[in-house]
Amino acid sequence: MTITKKQNGTNLEITLEGRLDTTTAPELEKELNASLDAADTLTLDFAKLDYISSAGLRVLLSAHKAMAKKGGMKVVNVNEIVSEVFDVTGFGDILTIE
Amino acid sequence: MKEWRGKAALENIPAVTAFIDEQLKALDCPMKAQMQIDVAIDELFGNIAHYAYGGESGDAAVRFNFDEASRTVSITFIDGGVPFNPLEQADPDVTLSAAERSIGGLGIFMVKKSMDQVAYRYENGCNVLIIYKRISVS
Repeated sequence: MTITKKQNGTNLEITLEGRLDTTTAPELEKELNASLDAADTLTLDFAKLDYISSAGLRVLLSAHKAMAKKGGMKVVNVNEIVSEVFDVTGFGDILTIE
Repeated sequence: MKEWRGKAALENIPAVTAFIDEQLKALDCPMKAQMQIDVAIDELFGNIAHYAYGGESGDAAVRFNFDEASRTVSITFIDGGVPFNPLEQADPDVTLSAAERSIGGLGIFMVKKSMDQVAYRYENGCNVLIIYKRISVS
């Protein structure tokens, strides 16, 4: 998985490319832990994300909780496979998806 | 039948995934079904690596079968660890809010939803978990 970060003012935009799973979720978690303090809002761009497993959902949930105390987190450009995972797991109701 | 054998370790998830993807590509499996199967491998092999041997080292096998007539792929996960039937786990409450949420049980729940059938048996001292996925021609 490739993680690309872009800071626009107080918004942090993170683009993920590849697979967010047991192997790669710790990389995202590490990146978020290092960067979230400086951000008021977080945008996760999933345009190039192939799929997500429960290990990835765990990282999304903790990022969502951390950002809920600030300006919030949104997920954009979700593909069909990831979208189905969000629907089945109820994450579609928890996360802000655009 | 094709088989992969190795250590039940998290670092082997990519190797198991590559082994299965190779079989699926040879069958012209549609990308969506392949991704769903890859997620299932991450969840199921991940569970074995995490829990089957209680922190000790142990072996696992993954078998691939394809039934031509029904165009159904079956993948069997075998470990000799602690007897554990993940299908007996209660489904998670997917209506809870973010604050009340935990991730426990979500992986196997996703597998049950995305596969056509999931079966478990304990046989000859081994956990045997089989997932079935029917694939259309892509």
